Amino acid sequence: MTLRDWFADRARSRQLVDSDRIRREMPDGLWTKCNHCSAPLYNKDLEANLQVCPKCGYHFRVSAWTRIGQLVDEGTFSQTHASIRSTDPLGFVDTKPYKVRLEESYDRLGDGDGVITGAADIEGTTIQLAVMDFAFMGGSMGSAVGEKITRTIEDAHEAHRPLIIVTASGGARMQEGTLSLMQMAKTSSALAQFAEGGGLYLAILADPTTGGVSASFATLADILISEPAAVIGFAGRRVIEQTIRQKAPPEFQTAEWLLKYGALDMIVPRSSLRPMLGQLLRMHAGQPATVA
Amino acid sequence: MESSRLTSRKLVFDFERPIVEIEDEIEEFKRLAAQNEVNLDDEIARLTERVTAARQTIYRQLKPVQRVQVARHPSRPSALDYIQNICEGFVELHGDRQGYDDRAIVGGLASFEGRTIVVVANQKGRDTKDNIMRNFGMAHPEGYRKALRLFRHAGKFGLPVLTLIDTPGAYPGIEAEQRGQSAAIALNLFEMSRLPVPIVSVVIGEGSSGGAMGIGVSDRILMLEHSYYAVISPEGCAAILWKDPSKAKMAAEAMGITAEDLLRLGIADEIIPEPLGGAHQDPLAAAHNLKAALGPHLAELSRLGAYELVERRAAKYRAMGRFIEEF
Repeated sequence: MTLRDWFADRARSRQLVDSDRIRREMPDGLWTKCNHCSAPLYNKDLEANLQVCPKCGYHFRVSAWTRIGQLVDEGTFSQTHASIRSTDPLGFVDTKPYKVRLEESYDRLGDGDGVITGAADIEGTTIQLAVMDFAFMGGSMGSAVGEKITRTIEDAHEAHRPLIIVTASGGARMQEGTLSLMQMAKTSSALAQFAEGGGLYLAILADPTTGGVSASFATLADILISEPAAVIGFAGRRVIEQTIRQKAPPEFQTAEWLLKYGALDMIVPRSSLRPMLGQLLRMHAGQPATVA
Repeated sequence: MESSRLTSRKLVFDFERPIVEIEDEIEEFKRLAAQNEVNLDDEIARLTERVTAARQTIYRQLKPVQRVQVARHPSRPSALDYIQNICEGFVELHGDRQGYDDRAIVGGLASFEGRTIVVVANQKGRDTKDNIMRNFGMAHPEGYRKALRLFRHAGKFGLPVLTLIDTPGAYPGIEAEQRGQSAAIALNLFEMSRLPVPIVSVVIGEGSSGGAMGIGVSDRILMLEHSYYAVISPEGCAAILWKDPSKAKMAAEAMGITAEDLLRLGIADEIIPEPLGGAHQDPLAAAHNLKAALGPHLAELSRLGAYELVERRAAKYRAMGRFIEEF
């Protein structure tokens, strides 16, 4: 390894730590260091504060199940389509076989496959819900994720219920090749039919929402909500910086930046998400989609 | 990526070297014949046959990454070349009506076999200057909005739509993001899926990622023999999964991006043969093949009513994907 390679590697690994926002738990398992202000946070306090730093307001990424717990009325969630799993249509191998990656992710995170779907109540309104899980292969959309999202849209359509999707995804799952690209069209087509039926669709674009997910169902909602400092975009920052050969400003592709340019309806701190969804749902009650 | 070199203004790929060697030999024989006033026609004819045979062998066995090279050949016919050769009376329509005309996407009205159609296409440049104007075929959100405006025009007047796909991807830039690249593409998927007229897409070169998909939701997808259609460019895939862009060859093979792969996966409906050595060897023949393939699809789809078209398109995309369901 040349000295230049060593520096390049070091720069790359630093970038990864910053951009991946991994939760850095301290060795005793009781404390987590805030990624933004570095304050040591007692895990129980962090949990009670919905995984938001009480010191600086930094929003940690949360798993799909944690998110569901934070959003829906207690005890109302019933999971759907849990038996759908990814397969390996191409026999894809990169530095590791896709099959192995899948098995590892299932072992670590359960059978969600990047998205948990179901029905639940939010402040008394029954909705169909899909919540993506960035921890499962970067929340990438393969055939299984596309199918679960599509079925959730169809469930909402048939039951005349509002649809809520919480996105967190790096984009299409490359290991399924063009089939994953086609999931963009599949989900968008289902949403177009849902929209024709007058269905209400609210999306929460969580950190991060990029690529094939942001360029399909995520941005097709009637109302687009995000959380503070969430990264949302089509192309990744690094790809853009390499293409234009200059640095993008720090606020580039943050929710605040998107709000300024009219791409979002609002940024809602996590503690206010549930009441905001409840209010929006009530304001649309009586519309065709919410009355069976 | 394998390297390529420019000889006498003609791009030659590494894998074409055996062909070039014989071609050089022919030139040498021609020179000798002229210089010494001897007849070497038989020799030359024999060598010419060998060129054809060598090209056949090589092109029959092209690896995916080599297909990508052919699909990116700078002399490969662009969308406008095809439009001019398969349609009559092309009337280009410009602009998204919201402040910009993106030249990376062209569109307009044309007559195809006596029927008016709407054409929307990714347009790459034919030379450096043109490429700068066309942004190398990479559209900004305005390009997708221009496309959408033309799709709506087609819907309003009951005109079939032809889209020609040839892009390395939607443009990754700060302003493209600022003006809503994701949302522009997403809206096209949404509206194309319900457009009440026939839509046929033909991948003529590069079909890369969401940038291709943004004009690619259709009733039929045809692919030229050496085109590719991928979720991300092989270099992009290699950079992310292998952390090494030079692994593009492996990425191209792993992702299944050739016309045969997509036909097998049920995404492409037909492969359009190219002239030997790629469409750039004989653009007119390539256009002829495209026209011959396109005609029956458009005719067949035009017999369906709007409702049936849209329902069939919805069912087609509904069935896309491979997963398992355990009970």
